[in-house]
Amino acid sequence: MKLIVPVESKSLDIPVCPSFGRTPLYMSFDTETGNHEFLDNSAATSQGGAGIKAAQMLVDHGAKAVITYRCGDNAAQVLNAAKIEMYKAQDGSVSGNIEKFKSGKLSLLSEIHPGFHNHGGAKE
Amino acid sequence: MIKLLILSGKGGTGKTTVASAFIELSKGQAFADCDVDAPNLHLVISQLSEPAKTDYYGFGKAAIDQEKCIRCGLCEENCNFGAIKEFSIGEFECEGCGVCVEICPVQAITMIDHVSGDMMLYKNDGRVFSTAQLKMGSGASGKLVTAVKQQLTQEAPDSELAIIDGSPGIGCPVIASISGVDFVLIVAEPTISGMHDMKRIIETSKHFGVSSAVCINKFDVNEDTANEIESYCNGLSVPVIGRIPYDGTVVKAVNRCQSIACYPDSPAGKAIASIWDNIYNNYLRG
Amino acid sequence: MRIAVLSGKGGTGKTLVSVNLACAAEKAVYVDCDVEEPNGHLFLKPEITEKQSVTVTVPEMDMSKCTGCRKCVDFCKYNALALLKDKLMIFYEVCHSCGGCILFCPAKALSKKQREIGTIEAGLSDSVTVLTGCLNTGEVSGVPIIKGLMEKLPEQDTIVIDCPPGSACIVMESIREADYCVLVAEPTLFGSHNLAMVYDLVKLFNKPFGVVLNKCLPGDNPSEKFCKENKIAILAEIPYDEKLGTLNSKGLVAVRVSEQYREMFCKLLSKVAKEVL
Repeated sequence: MKLIVPVESKSLDIPVCPSFGRTPLYMSFDTETGNHEFLDNSAATSQGGAGIKAAQMLVDHGAKAVITYRCGDNAAQVLNAAKIEMYKAQDGSVSGNIEKFKSGKLSLLSEIHPGFHNHGGAKE
Repeated sequence: MIKLLILSGKGGTGKTTVASAFIELSKGQAFADCDVDAPNLHLVISQLSEPAKTDYYGFGKAAIDQEKCIRCGLCEENCNFGAIKEFSIGEFECEGCGVCVEICPVQAITMIDHVSGDMMLYKNDGRVFSTAQLKMGSGASGKLVTAVKQQLTQEAPDSELAIIDGSPGIGCPVIASISGVDFVLIVAEPTISGMHDMKRIIETSKHFGVSSAVCINKFDVNEDTANEIESYCNGLSVPVIGRIPYDGTVVKAVNRCQSIACYPDSPAGKAIASIWDNIYNNYLRG
Repeated sequence: MRIAVLSGKGGTGKTLVSVNLACAAEKAVYVDCDVEEPNGHLFLKPEITEKQSVTVTVPEMDMSKCTGCRKCVDFCKYNALALLKDKLMIFYEVCHSCGGCILFCPAKALSKKQREIGTIEAGLSDSVTVLTGCLNTGEVSGVPIIKGLMEKLPEQDTIVIDCPPGSACIVMESIREADYCVLVAEPTLFGSHNLAMVYDLVKLFNKPFGVVLNKCLPGDNPSEKFCKENKIAILAEIPYDEKLGTLNSKGLVAVRVSEQYREMFCKLLSKVAKEVL
């Protein structure tokens, strides 16, 4: 399955990026093949709704899980609706976090922070 | 980085007075002015170097190529912001939505980059001060506030504490400044207006799940109302962590481009120093 | 005549001046455009005669018509839409109500819906008609409320518009209908700094204007200096007065309880009236 981690540059030896919606890149790791690729985050420079746009991109990409330090309310709603799980990143490298994910040592992200605009979020 | 944000609801209660004092007292290494409509903090911070300025691009604005325009009027008809009149686009009304660009049958309209403000970064002697000035009539101030905070985190990644001077009101720039901060200090004034607006800002803080505390500035202008404020806050379990007396020294300090902290023996200076100790030791550490 | 009262900086006395000007006139309309923190009604205590909802148009989705073409998601400059397999998520607080998604959906799956962002209340306080705009907490822009208030202005009558602080788009909307602008400034460096901002604004809009210096203390007044340097008319100087501060803090209208202030504001009103004609 495709596991996503926000990163500041194209490397697996760096920490997980502290921002979700405005990270410059996402690393997409295929847990079955062990291959990975880097996706540009076009939402990073958005005026508003960056989290929503970023989440849409990950949905389109076929992501199944995300490892991140934090996630805004709007992005979280999109990810939840698309049944993409969010795991809380830990200090250390991206590869370190992936190993922890594989051995079930990462917990689910529980604190979702209010975004730029927050008032009951999305309606269908 | 622990972020302390100073808000008020009502304007003129003393946010910048308190923020600048906290910055002096804490020998602050990282601070920001998020009142991008009317930034004032830089006027009372000592020893600032020249800032590095960057253009801030807000939403793009639409522009009509008059040579291609066939004057069908579809753009004006479909603009929800009333920005198009007689085939010309109002700079202040246009919100960059792109409807006119899309609907024009001859592609005579394009979206162009628009500088809606200046980002400013003061960096010297290990201190980082991030601020911005929105150009007149611009919207999208929330995004600029977010950019100011990001600039601070980027340029001072190792700082333990950041003090942020907020803007008045409860709208977009305030909401953007609350996002991601650890604690909000609300500066209230003991007037009917001050109390009314303080209630709305407390509500806004709660709405966004951020802990807050209140301090009452110029409390002796109306001690009855100051007491009312205290009861109200106690009822909501919002701590009232101090009272600052009305003190002419504040105006004197501001007009000399100084923080009130430069007058530590003044009544206001003493009160603010005590509030700083309280907030730092009891709410920010650990 | 339509007088807008603005200041750039908060807390300088816009509401003090607006409310008292309205009460000094024989008959007037007071319009509170500071929709994030409206205060005028606290002093005027109007008897409310009408309350209306201010709404904005947002999209509503009929998924049964959706072909998954994503034209809406791709078009939205504000990223207010997200398309999943079986639903379109609409983020109302990010939506700017441009109507583009509704307009351009090839399957006509999106339609218009009204959503409340605030209210306008009309009321009466003796001879003053009070119009108060109020933005709901968590909403981002009060501009539609200002537009609603401007639509309710009567043709005749003295109208006093209490503007929001600053010089952003919401202030521009508030002064659009004004014949004259009164700029209120306090005697501090902050005050003069922000006076300069609204000075630029009123010049840009070609509005005739004058300045009222408030809370004047003995000593240097940076705002007065600014006016003299730029040859700006000073309409009145209100000295710092603890008594006025106390009246204000209790929510009392100075003109209604003090002869001294009634005279002062009547004088200011006639001065402005002369400038308008």
